Amino acid sequence: MGWFSRFLTSSIGQKLIMSLTGLFLILFLMVHLAGNLQLLADDGGHSFNVYADFMAHNGLIQFVSKGNFFFIVLHAVLGISLWLRNRAARGGQKYAVTNVRAVNTHPGFAKNMAVLGVIVFVFILIHLYQFWLQMKLDNVALVSYEGGAELSDLYEKVKIAFLNPMFVIFYVVSMAVIAFHLWHGFQSAFQSLGLNHKKYTPIIQFLGKVYAILVPLGFAIIPIIFYLKNS
Amino acid sequence: MKLRLKVWRQKSANDKGYFEDHTLEANEHMSFLEMMDVMNEELIQQKKEPVAFEHDCREGICGACSLVINGQPHGPMQGTTTCQLHMRHFNDGDTIHIEPYRANAFPVIKDLVVDRSSFDRIIQAGGYISVSTGQAEDGNAIPINRNDSSLAFDAATCIGCAACVAACPNASAMLFTSAKVSHLALLPQGKVEASRRALKMVNQMDEEGFGRCSNITACEAECPKGISIDNIARMNREYLSASLVGEEK
Repeated sequence: MGWFSRFLTSSIGQKLIMSLTGLFLILFLMVHLAGNLQLLADDGGHSFNVYADFMAHNGLIQFVSKGNFFFIVLHAVLGISLWLRNRAARGGQKYAVTNVRAVNTHPGFAKNMAVLGVIVFVFILIHLYQFWLQMKLDNVALVSYEGGAELSDLYEKVKIAFLNPMFVIFYVVSMAVIAFHLWHGFQSAFQSLGLNHKKYTPIIQFLGKVYAILVPLGFAIIPIIFYLKNS
Repeated sequence: MKLRLKVWRQKSANDKGYFEDHTLEANEHMSFLEMMDVMNEELIQQKKEPVAFEHDCREGICGACSLVINGQPHGPMQGTTTCQLHMRHFNDGDTIHIEPYRANAFPVIKDLVVDRSSFDRIIQAGGYISVSTGQAEDGNAIPINRNDSSLAFDAATCIGCAACVAACPNASAMLFTSAKVSHLALLPQGKVEASRRALKMVNQMDEEGFGRCSNITACEAECPKGISIDNIARMNREYLSASLVGEEK
């Protein structure tokens, strides 16, 4: 197994891990958004609560979600270790004047991926504590629709959370940070895999920008709409 | 034109460096290195130690000149080396910061001169083709796709100046290594050893203590020869397939 561990610790092996975990998280975000948009359905939370109950009790979903947690941690831990290693590689003496330019990406986002990533990670922890953990600890009130089985009323929990304008601002700002992270990260993941092609790279770069704007925007409108509707 | 220079001085790798201020009357037709020569002439006349900096061909093809000028390797112009940069691109009264390349893998030898022999060791690890030299072959005996030969030549224009490392916020040497991996891998003579070359050169690059590429692309933006990060993607492919599919351990 010597060759395999050497591969995984090599600069390109670690690129591969960052890239694949990042692409998985990009897919996850899309699924997560599709589910969350049901919060906007005008049915008092029925469809969202049924969906949340399904996600919490489906074996396959639960298996994939374990993988999701693992990939988030792996992406974060490896990202931070690369950040520290790269800072060290720059040497003790920093440039007095810096002027970083870039091609087809935003230099400010690109060189601060780790800072943006740490903010996103803190957001994820708070977000998990606020909803996922409360659901796990059965701290969510129950509701039943048309005499059916009792479900956790996660919709109500979300509604209460977003009555607080501070949470609304926190979520919207966090989504902006995720957008910056994705602006560089989406196309960077493909480049790391060696998927660079005269015909397809411009399409990937375009899709990456569309994704980096639309998906975080989709998440961000939910707290805003909840706040405007309910406060 | 009157210039204020802030020049990095450092006696040796272990000494602490500092910025030294100079005011200089320069001519806008001078190259940047000629301006440095004038500064050194003045220092010599004042019986002071001249500033050490590297230069050789002074026509942009040898890769000896370096310098980070106002935060940019080879200065503000694109597609040129420091020796090809002219003072007409600066304004009268400008303050110019002149620093050495800063990376752990490039220790300062003196003032603005850094030790770039880590690049030599990357080349020694695999940046060549092994050929038993017999009779000279006919030039057209091996058919080569026009597109591949152009891409190989584009990669081969790398002069190994290390501006990519100097520009990279991570001090990564991916662009240099990938240009060398690419220019050989694209041609039939180099293809034979392509997997082995990618493995060995990347391993050596990692061992030299360069940072790790995160696709910031500052390397391509600052490269005096316009080497593209397409080469990095190609090296990633070469290395991934050599590591995961190739039989060499």
